[in-house]
Amino acid sequence: MYHTEIRSKTQVITIGRDLAAVLIGERINPTGKKKFGQALLARDYDAIRREALAQVEQGADVLDVNVGVAGVDEVKVLPEVVKIVAETVDVPLCIDSASPEALAAALKVYEGKALVNSVTGEEKSLERVLPVVKEYGAAVVGLCMDETGIPNDPEKRLAIAKKIVERAEKAGIARSNIVIDCLTMTVSSDPMAATVTLRTVERVAEELKTNIILGISNVSFGLPDRHSLTKTMLAMALRAGLTCVIMDPMAEGMRRTVKAADLLLGRDEWAMNYLAEYRQYSEQS
Amino acid sequence: MAVLEDLKNAIITYKPAKAKEYTLQALAEGYEPPQILSEGLIGGMTVIGDKFKRNQIYVPEVLIAAKATHAGLDVLKPLLSERKTKPIGKVIVGTVKDDLHDIGKNLVAMMLEGAGFEVINLGVNVDPDKFIAAIKEYEPDIVGMSSLITSTLHWLEDTIKAIQEVGLRDKVKVMVGGAPVTEEWALQIGADGYGKDATSAVEAARKLVGAA
Repeated sequence: MYHTEIRSKTQVITIGRDLAAVLIGERINPTGKKKFGQALLARDYDAIRREALAQVEQGADVLDVNVGVAGVDEVKVLPEVVKIVAETVDVPLCIDSASPEALAAALKVYEGKALVNSVTGEEKSLERVLPVVKEYGAAVVGLCMDETGIPNDPEKRLAIAKKIVERAEKAGIARSNIVIDCLTMTVSSDPMAATVTLRTVERVAEELKTNIILGISNVSFGLPDRHSLTKTMLAMALRAGLTCVIMDPMAEGMRRTVKAADLLLGRDEWAMNYLAEYRQYSEQS
Repeated sequence: MAVLEDLKNAIITYKPAKAKEYTLQALAEGYEPPQILSEGLIGGMTVIGDKFKRNQIYVPEVLIAAKATHAGLDVLKPLLSERKTKPIGKVIVGTVKDDLHDIGKNLVAMMLEGAGFEVINLGVNVDPDKFIAAIKEYEPDIVGMSSLITSTLHWLEDTIKAIQEVGLRDKVKVMVGGAPVTEEWALQIGADGYGKDATSAVEAARKLVGAA
């Protein structure tokens, strides 16, 4: 069992199997949000400040920062946005881009120890992202996919995770700084999709003992009442070994589900977090 | 006409086995394949597309309805090609280089087939050369490209440029789509059409071949 520490200038967040699950707010991301994308293109960052503040207010422990949208030069914009978010809120950041150059540019300006999202099992990704992670002393998310795509088999996903861990360790990145993303696929196109993800979480937890992350809401893509499905998946994944989750902290009941699962899994002594969540929620309504 | 109505309903109620059965029955009753295709199969898929657009039905239902359409199409295809029934247009579709997402692209492919297009599906991770080779081989009316991640978006633009460089750009219409793609961007990179979802992609394709 490993602890992954990430830090801002003033806060330390620790991810671990024996600790409360860490909530990573996903809302600073232009995918599918037209206005947000337009604001990024115009370099109007007010919306980003608002999203940052609102998510932290709603219980996000870490914020994911992604600026990937058509027409945006990520190498320029990602560091700018990382700076702005870091100035706006105290929580540590998860810096999210598929471009190694953009990741390097953002890590350079970030004061703290970020979680880099992400490296894959693809050779060109391993070769280019791992040295950047090592150089800046960051932690990294490893996605269970490679040149052949995303395998539909837990053992094959585990094999990719193993490869990423081996290559990262070889590059001088400690296993405590690796978080494996077992990948959530939607059940709307494959009824076995969620079970493959859950089994992969179990296998990675058993074999590699790294921390495990999922972007959980994808499970319900294409279906109505997404909250019910996503919350249920979240509870099952936490039982299987999930230790941090990328999600919308504003989505109704999601945060409550995490707190409930933590209590049920014996990592919320005297139900302090659950009760704090309950009181905060009650005051709001 | 009762059997064509039954066929249409088999698609709308997601029953692939029934769709096959009614297609065979319609043939036995002497209906012509093109009529079975347009009134039965395409009729059913049009209802499905419309319901999907209105959020009355969801992705799994569209997929199973498409499966039902295919069950009928498999029966009709050999007969249609014998008769040289003209599809309303020919489309090649593919997900761009380095991108492995295929649900949305396949959904578009199936909906296009359901709407009467001939579709050649090139799969995922299709590099510009492969698109160009397919344009030469199949001489399609439309090339449909999908990108689902921001890191592969540039391949839409690069592939269009590559098609232009080999002098094939005015031979085909180009449609693009995928979660990070916006209509403005689509126009900016020189595409002719854009669909924000599978239903609007079919509408755009119909417009491009002058069938709308």
